[in-house]
Amino acid sequence: MVEHYIYKKVDAIIFGMLGPDIIKKQACAKIVTPELYDKEGYPVDGGLMDVRLGVIDPGLRCKTCGGNLRDCMGHFGMLELARPLVHIKYVDVILNFLRCTCRDCGKLLIDKKITLEIDDEEKTIHVDEFSDDVASKKQVKSTVSSLKNVKKCLYCGAKQFAIKVEKPTTFLEDDKRISPIAVRNRLEKISDEDVARLGLDPRFARPEWMILIIIPVPPVTIRPSITLETGERSEDDLTHKLGDIVRINQRLFENINAGAPEIIVEDLWDLLQYHVTTYFDNETSQIPPARHRGGQALRTLTNRIKSKEGRFRHNLAGKRVNFAARTVISPDPKIEINEVGVPFNVAMELTIPERVTEWNIKRLKKFVENGPKKYPGSNYVVRPDGKKKKISDETQEQLLEEMQPGYIVERHLMDGDISIFNRQPSLHRMSIMAHRIKVLPGKSFRINPAVCFPYNADFDGDEMNLHVPQTEEARTEAELLMEVQTQMITPKSGVNVIGCANDSITGCYLLTKNMKFPKEEAIQLLTSVGIDKPERFAKLKKTVDGKEIFSVILPEDFDFVGRSKKKEPVLIKNGILIEGIIDKATIGQEKGEIIRSIIGKYGPDTALVIIGQMFRLGIAVLLDYGFTTTISDTDLPSEVQNKCHDTINTSERRVSQLIEQFKNKEMNALPGLTLDQSIEVKIMEVLNKCRSKVGEIISESNLDLNPTIVMALSGAKGSFLNLSMMTACVGQQALRGKRIDRGYRGRTLTIFQKGELSPAAKGFIRCGYKEGLNPTEYFMHAMTGRDSLMDTALRTPKSGYLYRRLASALQDIKIGYDSTVRSGNETIIQFTYGEDGLDVSKTEGGKLNINRIIREVLEG
Amino acid sequence: MLPVHLIEKIDSVCKKHNISDKDKEKIAIKVENNYEKAKIDPGEAIGIVTAESFGEPSTQMTLNVFHFAGVAEMQVTVGLPRIIEIFDARKKPSTPEMKIPILPKFAKNSDSVSLIAMKIKETKLGDIIHEITINVAKSIIEIVLDKKKMRELEIKPKEVTTKIIDSMKLMDIKDDGNVISLKHKDKTLPLSEIYKLKEKAKSIHISGVKGIIHVLPIKDENGNYIIHCAGSNLKDALKIEEADQKNIFTNDIFEVYETFGIEATRTMIIKEAERVIREQGIDIDVRHIMLLADMMTNTGVIKGVTRTGISGEKKSVLARASFETPIKHIMNASLIGERDDLNSVVENVILNQPVPLGTGMPGLIAKMNSEVKK
Repeated sequence: MVEHYIYKKVDAIIFGMLGPDIIKKQACAKIVTPELYDKEGYPVDGGLMDVRLGVIDPGLRCKTCGGNLRDCMGHFGMLELARPLVHIKYVDVILNFLRCTCRDCGKLLIDKKITLEIDDEEKTIHVDEFSDDVASKKQVKSTVSSLKNVKKCLYCGAKQFAIKVEKPTTFLEDDKRISPIAVRNRLEKISDEDVARLGLDPRFARPEWMILIIIPVPPVTIRPSITLETGERSEDDLTHKLGDIVRINQRLFENINAGAPEIIVEDLWDLLQYHVTTYFDNETSQIPPARHRGGQALRTLTNRIKSKEGRFRHNLAGKRVNFAARTVISPDPKIEINEVGVPFNVAMELTIPERVTEWNIKRLKKFVENGPKKYPGSNYVVRPDGKKKKISDETQEQLLEEMQPGYIVERHLMDGDISIFNRQPSLHRMSIMAHRIKVLPGKSFRINPAVCFPYNADFDGDEMNLHVPQTEEARTEAELLMEVQTQMITPKSGVNVIGCANDSITGCYLLTKNMKFPKEEAIQLLTSVGIDKPERFAKLKKTVDGKEIFSVILPEDFDFVGRSKKKEPVLIKNGILIEGIIDKATIGQEKGEIIRSIIGKYGPDTALVIIGQMFRLGIAVLLDYGFTTTISDTDLPSEVQNKCHDTINTSERRVSQLIEQFKNKEMNALPGLTLDQSIEVKIMEVLNKCRSKVGEIISESNLDLNPTIVMALSGAKGSFLNLSMMTACVGQQALRGKRIDRGYRGRTLTIFQKGELSPAAKGFIRCGYKEGLNPTEYFMHAMTGRDSLMDTALRTPKSGYLYRRLASALQDIKIGYDSTVRSGNETIIQFTYGEDGLDVSKTEGGKLNINRIIREVLEG
Repeated sequence: MLPVHLIEKIDSVCKKHNISDKDKEKIAIKVENNYEKAKIDPGEAIGIVTAESFGEPSTQMTLNVFHFAGVAEMQVTVGLPRIIEIFDARKKPSTPEMKIPILPKFAKNSDSVSLIAMKIKETKLGDIIHEITINVAKSIIEIVLDKKKMRELEIKPKEVTTKIIDSMKLMDIKDDGNVISLKHKDKTLPLSEIYKLKEKAKSIHISGVKGIIHVLPIKDENGNYIIHCAGSNLKDALKIEEADQKNIFTNDIFEVYETFGIEATRTMIIKEAERVIREQGIDIDVRHIMLLADMMTNTGVIKGVTRTGISGEKKSVLARASFETPIKHIMNASLIGERDDLNSVVENVILNQPVPLGTGMPGLIAKMNSEVKK
């Protein structure tokens, strides 16, 4: 079989209404009975489950197309209504038509002259594509409202009455009910030209079609019944609703034919209208929704389409796929950054189709020989005629024999295959990246911790998804556009999202700070992280400085001038780190300057390897050095401890002074503030300063060997603020930007006096976490904790909705071949993207680094 | 061709370091090479990139709605709620705000600035009243003015009476120098109506800029005085002679649109959004904000990122339907026989077809063998 690639099957879709003729034409069966199955359980002819409407039972065949469950998509049927009914969704439109046309002759109640004007305007509007819809809609609206109160037909002179609609579906003329029959008669009289003048396209929507005389019955395939365990059949909601309609319709027919009194006919007519209305929309206002026997509302047509779980957002804009896997992730710094460790179970279930040729037949035959149970094997063989054969013990030999060029073997995943890896929520494009497969023992996906940041993943039980592209085109695109190295710089701000993190930063920091190794150990260390550069190893002296070890990773012609986290200069010349300590500001994620330069100079592929080596080097150093953080990190020397306590005490004393001043009315109000507010501001200032002062004391106290401080200094994790909160003082708890001031009348807790302004009464925590909090402090702390929890919980859906709206508004904007920015219908949004045409993900923080270019030019 | 800002940058750096023209040329060539390499590729789905750039960090923004500019009444919406407000293109910001810089020649000391500030603040009749009562027997509203306050605000009693006469056309107004009495022409008016009129009288605008409910003069780091105002009225603020009109700031997008037009609005959206984002310590490139601002303003009117704005005016029925209110869109489309040309993203996702972005954009036309021979 020749494969046909069809890239655009559907060119355009035109929406329109189904008129009675079309419904009749497309109908394959006329539904006449509410019964579904006969005694044998076979669908009744002319019933709602008629086999001419398609089949849902595996054994049956469709009477219309002869297909079975798999081939037959289903066919529409029809139901002739005994009396015309109003289509609930078009009530407003019908009302407009009734109001704007003559009740006798059906002409638009408008002067000929004005009609011509409207026609003209319509034409000009259509020339001006830009405002097409909006303008014509406005035009129609104004016409409609101007015609509402015309009292006499301009053509036949008939008197016109006010027409009202009594929700949901009754039309009143001069407070007398107009039956749908009469409404339909009137609508029929309106000429095509007048229909067009009221904004409809008569080719697709005649007004009388809005009064139903015949309704299409959807194929059974869209309303399949499910067989319960008891063997009982449970029908779909739609089938239930259609059953109601058919039943009442038949009763109405019978009653009309039997000449029943008008009142009975009317009642049945109204009941039928109710059923048809709820069939279209079971949430119509002012009528009770149709319910199951259990009281649960039926899910009818509108409900099926609407909302997040509806057809559009659930099934059409998002789809389920094959060749995907999901499991827990765990870290493995030993694999490359652009690799993903895949367990054997997954690798043997997901496959890649490979076409047999003369040149690979031997290799592929091996896979078939191995079969589905032995790795690396294969699960299916596809014959050239498209028949898919599962490889099993029985079929294996025959398949091996008949295999020849043109066959396709679906072989297991192997190292180096491309796959697409994803973690939800997929908030930016780095949430879906292509990784190379690395088949590993175990049951979890393994990723290099360096890619945690773009995925926003951690290993506390996170799960991720893996997809295997099945066509050559898809694989190529994934490789060229999605692989990790192509995504290293975020288009959000032009900084790197791949870099060293946590331990590897600490490691590199300690290494480049003051470590020294004997030559052998240095080489041992370097080779252990996968660096193999004998020519550089040869240059090492007997004792090797940490900086030199780090330099081995760098390319030999790499120059760099920058600053470390502490704003001290970092200098790299010809691939040697001459000065400076490596930390977060140089190799970290987001604004890792060295990493950014390497990507710029050597390209993403080399950069990725270098980042991987740095990462592993950092970890290897820590393994060798022995690094841990413990509770004893918070045991500060007593003089530091005392200093901290002094600071807190002075601050508290200062606050009580302020309060004293306030009480004695010696205080001046700050500009624009009342006295009460002023003291609050002043106290807050003192207390906030107190904690930062404690942090400063600790950072100045030269405890450079304290692991927690090392982490804070290198930027790996934590800050001096965190440390001072543990050791000395948690500080002021702020609620909504103020000190805590809610609770009882005039005080936060009953142990305080009313109006007390002291630090403790308003949520100042003077102890550190290690020392422990007293009950009131604990309570205040819990308050702010709860507040921030609440804030997060409220924010997530809000920002999610904003994102959805932005995505929906901007999704079709692209750069055209003429480098203009255009929307989906080719409207120009910008002539040059961002006023200079630069791609943010190719810049450094949104700019070209001119200084570096100048330096490069001048120095060589 | 280099963009102007790059040329300027090269010039300034070269001047600073005394770089020779020859080297400068070399630098220019190298910068141009780099520039060409960093240019954006045709087909890039830049809209989605922009949406992601806002959507991803927006989860990190605070929801703490307010920020106090010193006084509790002068709160300003910040963070995520403000961003949502800007993108929605709401007609009125929830906390309108103006910053009016005062020209140095008027701002001699803080006292003179406070005086200007007091003048800017809207004064209603209720603010300068000593007493307001209803004389039930005569159905008369009697107003006693607060002379001291009026002197502070430099308001003459005459002005007040004329203002009252202007805005209370149906009342007979008498001023005996001490008490202003208002009597309705319809003598049968019930008391409840008179009470309403009394409340209405209190809100008569007397002086200052309408809509400014609070003022706070602040001295910035350069020693210039700026008056922070709660409430915004750009049109009238521009008439204040003491104000540095070129640097008046308002956070009301529609006011800027009405006074200065669409280009100013675009710039303002960019600046305001950027400011809010920077305040939150989030790094989003300006290019994304520009694109969004352009999208919101490219038709000449302000469109919000809502179902009635940008998304609602999409050409494609399916794109609109898949966003919000699908039934409405499909029903209306069926009436006018709307045609969906499947030019953008969701429509093609719905139909399982390649989307016309990126690698889905180019079409290849291959010559068939027979054609080649001819």
